[in-house]
Amino acid sequence: MTKDQVKQAVIDIISDIAPDEDLSNLKPDVRLRDQLQLDSMDFLDIVMELRKRHGIEVPEADYMQLATLDSSAEYLTPKFNALAKK
Amino acid sequence: MNSQSHYDVAVIGAGMSGLAAAIRLAHFGKRVCVFERHNAVGGLNGFYSIDGRKYDVGLHAMTNYVPPGVKGTPLVKLLRQLRIDREELALSPQKRGRVAFGAHGETSLVFTNDFAVFEQSVAELFPAQIDGFRRLVEAVRAYDAVSIVAPVDSARQTVRRYVSDPLLEEMLFCPVMFYGSAQERDMAFRDFVVLFQAIFLEGLARPIEGVRAVLRVLLEKLRAAGGQRRMKCGVQRIVERDGRAAALVLDSGEEVTADHILSSIGYVETEKLYRPGWVPPEDAKGRLSFVETVNVLRCQPAQLGWGDDAIVFFSAYPEFRYERPSDLVDTRSGVICIPNNFQYPAGVGLREGFFRCTCLANYDRWAALNEADYRAAKATALVEITKAARHCMPPLSPAERLSEATVATDVFTPCTIERFTGHHAGTVYGSPVKNREGTTGLSNLYLCGTDQGFLGITGAMLSGISMANLHILQKG
Repeated sequence: MTKDQVKQAVIDIISDIAPDEDLSNLKPDVRLRDQLQLDSMDFLDIVMELRKRHGIEVPEADYMQLATLDSSAEYLTPKFNALAKK
Repeated sequence: MNSQSHYDVAVIGAGMSGLAAAIRLAHFGKRVCVFERHNAVGGLNGFYSIDGRKYDVGLHAMTNYVPPGVKGTPLVKLLRQLRIDREELALSPQKRGRVAFGAHGETSLVFTNDFAVFEQSVAELFPAQIDGFRRLVEAVRAYDAVSIVAPVDSARQTVRRYVSDPLLEEMLFCPVMFYGSAQERDMAFRDFVVLFQAIFLEGLARPIEGVRAVLRVLLEKLRAAGGQRRMKCGVQRIVERDGRAAALVLDSGEEVTADHILSSIGYVETEKLYRPGWVPPEDAKGRLSFVETVNVLRCQPAQLGWGDDAIVFFSAYPEFRYERPSDLVDTRSGVICIPNNFQYPAGVGLREGFFRCTCLANYDRWAALNEADYRAAKATALVEITKAARHCMPPLSPAERLSEATVATDVFTPCTIERFTGHHAGTVYGSPVKNREGTTGLSNLYLCGTDQGFLGITGAMLSGISMANLHILQKG
């Protein structure tokens, strides 16, 4: 998977969790929390949807890696690709 | 182990909190089953039918209503966590509510879902108090009510720092207490904040079909997520082994096992499941229950001159007493709900009128009555409560007797509540002792719902969600 595809996967999850948010102009390098009304419950849901949909585990210590779309892609792309190789 | 009888999570009780918890758990792949003793879902916010007429119990309206686009509030959190589209609930906001004090409700504060209306009403009725009131509202807005470590200050003492007129104080406490306080006379300021926000800073709204519309959405989410539920299937006891809940014994005698158990049935009620012979401490037992009456009207309330008020919190006396009465019922104060008076879409409305009234009641007095006396007391309560409630409404127009417009009535008592919800002594708001963490004496048994301490209808669902998140989902 490319980083752009991983970003899209994260956006797809956010759009299901927070259908009332406008995701069309998300800046990839700005914290999601600063652009969207997401609280810790929502971040927990992003983590759990990653596990449910893609089998990706994000340990609690790594939650901050999901702060922006860019950092999410950086952190998650190797995980997606490692799974694809299995 | 028989795979049919083992679950990742067993949820006890199919009320708002249990269903919400089960939806979360099922959505994230847990094998979850909700066990409900009754044949209907809803618990304290349920419904029933008599002679083809549908009645709601508990829920008057959803609190915490905010219009589309407002974010970060409890209602929005709830919808997100349960993946509910707000269109699915089809909430219609109230026309208006009132806090009406005095023998004829002549001292009256008006509120709508626009807080400015309430503020204006306070300014007109209590001009000398408005600055203090505004400072109180600022304090409420600034308060972090979700913090588990928030100090437990007396709400009465805190509010008195801002509001010095005892009448205004009572008029603020009346709605807030009626909509969720398990404690008599006073409450924690934190709980005052939660309920003040739910009623006044946010607001009231209702699906046209009332509570059953909310429950229908919850059941559909549960089914779609793969959650199970077993009706007429109560949990009789929990078998303890080494500090854990090892098994649940159902009313039928059948045993099932679960890694985790979430109980929504109340603190005292849950403890009793695994501690045979346990006597709850007096201060843990709730004392507050209610009698509710319904008059079904052959016309729309608007045709009688009652077309404005959706909810009225009333007290005939300037001293509002929120406590267990010594008599069967205390008709000096109460809550009126007229479900017709919400802003439903054009062409949509309830076919008949409803006039629902709720007053404080004494469970022990009701429980001591024999069958004949109980029935007579219900009939008396209907007359007395209806009379008290209509006194704070405008005079009927055209002048007629309410009884002439009434085509059906129903009454439920603390005993009815206990019978159908299992809540000890019909305590709608449960124990005055709340347990925010939801932990119990058993390591894999947790509380959600009323006694976990998130108040009100939105709080009930958020409680199930939070406890499922905290104790089960976050642990992986």
